[in-house]
This record gives sequence, C-alpha cells and structure tokens, in this order.
Amino acid sequence: MSAPAIRTHELTKDFPVGFWRPRPYRALDRLSIDVAQGDVFGFLGPNGAGKTTTLKLLMQLVFPTSGDAEILGRPVGDVSVRRRIGYLPENPYFYDHLTAEELLDYYGRLFGMSAAERRTRIGATLDRLGIAAERRLQLRKFSKGMLQRVGLAQALLNDPEVIFLDEPMSGLDPLGRRDVRALILELRDAGHTIFFSSHILSDAETLCSRVAIVAKGRLAAAGRLADMREFAVQGWELVMANVPAAALDRVRARARGVTTIAADRYAIDLAPDARPEDLLRDLTAAGATLVSLNAVRETLEDVFVRRVAEIGDGARPSAPAGGQR
Amino acid sequence: MRAAGIVAVAVFRESVRDKVFYNLVLFALLLVGASIVIGQLTAGQDVKIIKDLGLSATSVFGVFVAIFVGISLVSKEVDRRSVYPLLAKPIRRSELIAGKYAGLLLTLLVNVVVMTVALYAVLFFLSRGVPENIQHAWDAPALDPALLKAIALIYVDLAVVTAVALFFSSYSSPMLSAVFTLGVYVAGQFSADLKRFDQIVTAPAAVMAAKAAYYVLPDFSRFDVKLAAVHGVPITGLYMAVSILYALAYIGALLFGAMTIFARRDFK
Repeated sequence: MSAPAIRTHELTKDFPVGFWRPRPYRALDRLSIDVAQGDVFGFLGPNGAGKTTTLKLLMQLVFPTSGDAEILGRPVGDVSVRRRIGYLPENPYFYDHLTAEELLDYYGRLFGMSAAERRTRIGATLDRLGIAAERRLQLRKFSKGMLQRVGLAQALLNDPEVIFLDEPMSGLDPLGRRDVRALILELRDAGHTIFFSSHILSDAETLCSRVAIVAKGRLAAAGRLADMREFAVQGWELVMANVPAAALDRVRARARGVTTIAADRYAIDLAPDARPEDLLRDLTAAGATLVSLNAVRETLEDVFVRRVAEIGDGARPSAPAGGQR
Repeated sequence: MRAAGIVAVAVFRESVRDKVFYNLVLFALLLVGASIVIGQLTAGQDVKIIKDLGLSATSVFGVFVAIFVGISLVSKEVDRRSVYPLLAKPIRRSELIAGKYAGLLLTLLVNVVVMTVALYAVLFFLSRGVPENIQHAWDAPALDPALLKAIALIYVDLAVVTAVALFFSSYSSPMLSAVFTLGVYVAGQFSADLKRFDQIVTAPAAVMAAKAAYYVLPDFSRFDVKLAAVHGVPITGLYMAVSILYALAYIGALLFGAMTIFARRDFK
C-alpha cells in the first residue's frame, strides 16, 4: 500500500500572544489526519479555525510546537519533497514588478527546469488558467481574480503530485469559481492529490471525496461528507411559477408548507423522503414551470457553531480519528 | 547553492526595475557640476577636491543603497507574503538569505564600477591640458591607480553594511532595521574612540560598555582610506589583505546569524 499523500500526527501549534508577558495561544491542537493519494480533500472550518496554520505547518512556513507531518512519506522539512508539491497561499501576493511569465520563469528555475522545459510548461500553464494573453503584463496591473489565477499557475507549474490550495475560490467571481472547480476536477481525474481549505460547504460538496472539519484549532469531524449526519438532507425547497389553482391544492396535501413568494410563484417545503422529482413531474404536467430546486441541509456554519459549542474550551473532541479510511 | 544564484539574479533585476541605479545619474550630475564649479574657484586643487568628492560620494551613495535596499530584501518578502509561495519551492531558507545578499552585492558592484569609471573620466578631462610642471606638484597623479584601492575598500565597507542590514532585517521591521544598521554604521566609524574611551571617562560601567561595543561592532573606519588615496599616501597590500579578511570574518558571522534566525522564524 502506498504511503498517504499527506499525514499529520498530533500536529500542534502555539503562538505567543502579548508583548511583555507572552502567553501561548493554541492555534492548532493535536491534529491527526491522513490524506490518501488521488483524494480531493476538503479542509473545512470557519475563519480562525486553524486551516491556514495547518497549511503553513505543512509548507514549513511555521514550525510545530509538537507533533509532526509528512508529505509523500517524507518529513515536511525535506526540501526535495517540494519538487513534487504545489501551494497556493490564501490571498497570494507576488512580485508586482514582474510579468506573469517572468514570475513563472523564476519559479521554474528554482524547480531546476531547463529553458525549453520552462518555455513549454509556462505556456501550457498560463493557457490552462486562461491568462496567456496577459503573460507580458506586470502583475501590479492584475485584478485580484487574475492574481488568484497566477497563484494557481505557479502552484501547477511543476506538475505536482500533491497540490495545496488555501481558499482557492477567494476573490473569484462566479465564473472564476466555476473555472477553478473544473480545474480541480480535471486535476483529480489526472491523478493529482488535492488538499484545499475552504469555509464554503458547497465547494466541498461539489469537489471533495473526503473532508475534515476543524473548529477552534481542533478536528471536529472527518470522513466522507455524505456519511456525516449533519449534512444529510433535511428537506427540499421547490420553487415553482405559473402553478394552476387545482394543482396547488394537490401540492398542499403533499408538502410540509407552501409559501406564496409572488402572485404566481410558490416556495414548496417538502420532507426529505417526499420525492421532489414526482411532485415536479406532476406540476410541470399541469403547466407549472420550475424556478429552482434545492436540498435543505444544515449549513457548514451551523455545524461549526454546534461543534464549537460541543468542543468547548476544555475536553478534546471525541470526533473520529482523522482520516481513518 | 544553485537556488541562491537564481535569487541573486532576481534581486539584481528587481534593483534595476526599482530604479536603484537612478542614483548614478545623481552621482554623475554631482561630479560634473562640482568639477565645473571647482574649476572656476580653485587653482590646482581641483583634481584633489574632485577625487575626494568622488570617493566620498561613491561611499555615501553606496551606503544609502546598501542600507535601504538591504533592509527591505527579506522584510519585503515577509511583509508582502511573497515568501509563502517562494519557500514552498525547492529552496532552503539559508539559500534565500545567501541569494539576497549576493544579489545586492552584485547591484552594489555595478554601482561602484560605474561610479569609478565616471570619476576617472572626470579626472581625465580635468587634468587634460594641465602643464606637466603643475602636475608634478600634485600629491598624486590625476589618474592615480591607488584610487582603486580606496574604491575596493569602499566596496568591502558596503559589503559589511549590507550584511549588517540583512542581519537585522532577518528578524525585525524595516524601520527598526534601518535604525539599527545606521546606528551600527555610525558607531563603527568611531571604533578607535570607543577603544580609547577610558582616557575620557572614568566610570567603569561606561568604559566596559564602550570596550564591549568596540569588540562587537565592525570597525568601519578601517575601510576608509580616502584621505590617504587623495594625498598619495601609500596603502600597502598587507593593509588591504588584513582589512578584507577582517570584513570577511564579520560578513561570515553576520550571514550565519541571519541564516540561523531566519531558518527558525515563523511566518504568521
């Protein structure tokens, strides 16, 4: 069996707080997770949960107070392993006097790529991220969304086996988010391991094979999102327009509630086992038109709040051991 | 150390883009302007004054670049967080420090070489047409090769200043680094006075502190042989060699300190 792509064991980080008499503030508390090769792993949590600290520990931008971490079976301090990984920091900043092409050329040299290899890889990567036309533009002229694409480009330049993305959707417009989602799925299909942090549940739902949820620096839950009872569907919200009066009566009999949104537009609240597709078929046959259909489930924020309350300040969470597959 | 070389080239290119070499234009204007004015005012002293002015300006402009570019080399990377993606690449933190240092040394080298060429060019034009008997009365010939010794020690001086700036900026803010580096540079000019402090002050604590500062701070006055060069006083090869070795010892210690601190630093 191959080594996990990423493994952390009891990883802990304290930061000193205060100037005169610094006290330790625990940003991450005994985090143990395994990420298998080929996984798209969502590392979820609210702001301040310890997501970025974990990524910085994995990149050796900060050093652990205790515990350890490995990437591709090598300790994170091993410089050689960095040839095989890519990293997109949160809100990345790059040298704004360089062009996108020059920046990637600089990083390409650090990866030890030959001139021909750099030319090919840089062209292909900029093309893939949709910023090939801006390759000779100084980065100071780039919008936040374009910088995020440059950040992704530098993370993919060396065709890494494991890719770390810290809030990759941050600063992107809806089209940009869609592109990044497509890119992550494309990378997954090509066999890359992706570890990405996010505080947005829908990103994880669309992309992740497995997730870990952190709250207050501690692991609150880990596993497949679909297996987590918190995220089970608690109902359906069906919004229909042009619903005939007769059909509406039938709907009322099958729904938990019907709310009038506008003159001919209704929000229909259905129980989780109510089979919305059947009702949708009936209503469209009667002449109504579909506006939207959404699964109702607890939001990530709700889960965070509850988990934080459960975790409290003292006891360690009794959450499943991180990443047990 | 391949990675350090790549960083060094990047630092040099950044200096060019950041218009660091604009100081050369100011230097040339100062030198040419001064030579015109001095040529009108003085009789036979103009070559000596231009030598003095040229060497002093090379030193002052160089120190200015060494401190203000030196303190920002590392702190800018950290403050702007460009160090995050950089350190995720196959590069050791010590290589980053070495590369930053080498890059600024390269920038300073180009700066000093251009200034040297400009100084010799101005001296050439000033001495052109001056009768030989007057030239014989000068302390040293206009195009005295000994000036190169003074310039070489100015460059060594800049290399030490850069190492001091890099050392402080490896753990403190640019503002504090500038203050500390300037402080060390100014105090280091008075190294000989620190050694003789017990002849002026009797308080044992003050004398002890002055002695400690004398042993810790680099003696920057050792690299200042401008007066000797201008007045044609010989600067021996031994003096040059000892000064260079002295500088190398300080540079080695400062870079080792900077690398050690930077290697364990958390980027929050």
